[in-house]
Amino acid sequence: MTTPIGYYPGCSLHGTGRELDQSIRALAEVAGIDLREIQDWNCCGATAAHSLNHDLAVALPYRTLALAEEQGLTEVLAPCAACFSRLKGTAVRLARDPDLVAKMTEITERPYGGTVRILSIVEFINRLMDEGLEAKLTHPLGGLKVAPYYGCLLARGEDIVADDAEHPSGMERALVAAGCEIVPWNFAVECCGGGFSMSKTEAVLDLTNAILTDAEDAQAEAIVTGCPMCHSNLDMRQRTINAAGRGPHDLPVVYLSEILGLAAGVEPERLGLDRHFVDAMRVAERVSERSA
Amino acid sequence: MAHTDTHEKTLADKILERTGVDVRECYQCGKCTAGCPMVQFMDLTPSQVMRLAQIGDRDAIRTLLASQTLWSCVGCLTCTQRCPKDLDPAAVMDALREIAYEEGLVPDAQKNVLKFHEAFLKTVEHTGRMSEVPLTALYKTLSRDFFSDVLLAPAMLLRGKLPLVPRVIGGRKEVRRIFKRCLEPEQSERPVQPEHPDHPDEKTEEGRP
Repeated sequence: MTTPIGYYPGCSLHGTGRELDQSIRALAEVAGIDLREIQDWNCCGATAAHSLNHDLAVALPYRTLALAEEQGLTEVLAPCAACFSRLKGTAVRLARDPDLVAKMTEITERPYGGTVRILSIVEFINRLMDEGLEAKLTHPLGGLKVAPYYGCLLARGEDIVADDAEHPSGMERALVAAGCEIVPWNFAVECCGGGFSMSKTEAVLDLTNAILTDAEDAQAEAIVTGCPMCHSNLDMRQRTINAAGRGPHDLPVVYLSEILGLAAGVEPERLGLDRHFVDAMRVAERVSERSA
Repeated sequence: MAHTDTHEKTLADKILERTGVDVRECYQCGKCTAGCPMVQFMDLTPSQVMRLAQIGDRDAIRTLLASQTLWSCVGCLTCTQRCPKDLDPAAVMDALREIAYEEGLVPDAQKNVLKFHEAFLKTVEHTGRMSEVPLTALYKTLSRDFFSDVLLAPAMLLRGKLPLVPRVIGGRKEVRRIFKRCLEPEQSERPVQPEHPDHPDEKTEEGRP
């Protein structure tokens, strides 16, 4: 019996980032991991909180960390890159600053002893690989050419992300094991415009257009991401970019967990591949069963 | 750390207090500006923001707090990652934006960014979580931007990505108390006096022809 891993889906994973939630849960099941959603978790505050109020930006993640601790969870997976950055960033700051812990204890009326470790989607999947997922990848993707896209928050933030900030490689082992070919490209850590999707759409279209173009130039057949904001900017906005006369793009954008799920033999619909704006079912067609 | 009242806080002091970053250490190498993905949408570059924060006189403060840049920073942390002095320009942007917000100095062209942040936080304050439908409805009401992206809604619904029932948590009252304590701190914790009171005409000056 393995120790349960806490689960913080974050708000997006119940709506726009549904495939990420579906594929993470399916993958945990394949790997035999007991994923336990933190009861009554709240929003991490995302960009809005740290844009306007520095106390709120810490207090919101603090409440969730305190709840996880109270519920006996020592590790928590936060698949959304933004939630991960806010939760882990808060945990790191609290560990350094006892005065901040005291202030937050007062604001939230909850104690927190600093025992919770936050995992990103990349760390979680590498953990599963260490614990035997690799042997379960019986349906490789036939050399599908992928551009691993880390964006901002799976690569940057000192003391938050363990990977190299300029040249991250955390996704590669799992992608190769899943039968993908990794293409070298230039935009792996470029920003997609993140939370400006609605309030500065023009800027987001510029940035995403550049990312998609570079991936296409590198002959990628799909972009692989771990962030629901990057995903919706790159996937959902592709038709807007095309409508504006740029592109035209037709590049599937898939989650790392969807790729691993496919390679583990999970049906594409269970992973949510049928919910994408840019057809991603063609990625599933590349799957072939490994001959014994 | 306590400051004595005899020493008037400079802008650099205030930034240091809020972020732990001492902008006086910036030596203007320009790496933050070189790597910024949003710089094309800014009036001041990130390194100019750092420089003006060092200068910190009345003109510098006025220019900074009214700049488009504070509201165009997307928080990607490229500058923070690359700063050879470990100065965290992204945190400086957060602090300056917060000060500008507290003092009501948001440029008209950036009102939508503010409305989006406010709509987002209102949604979380009332339910504990963000939900797409209430957030979008509130944002569109606040920004009066009713027509952009409406064509995405049916496509999202079709894909099961637009849940119509808002997500509400059991501890929402607790979350509301957290908001209240963060947004309305006790009088004693209020930020210091504006540095130059007694100039009632200053705030409107920017907008005059």
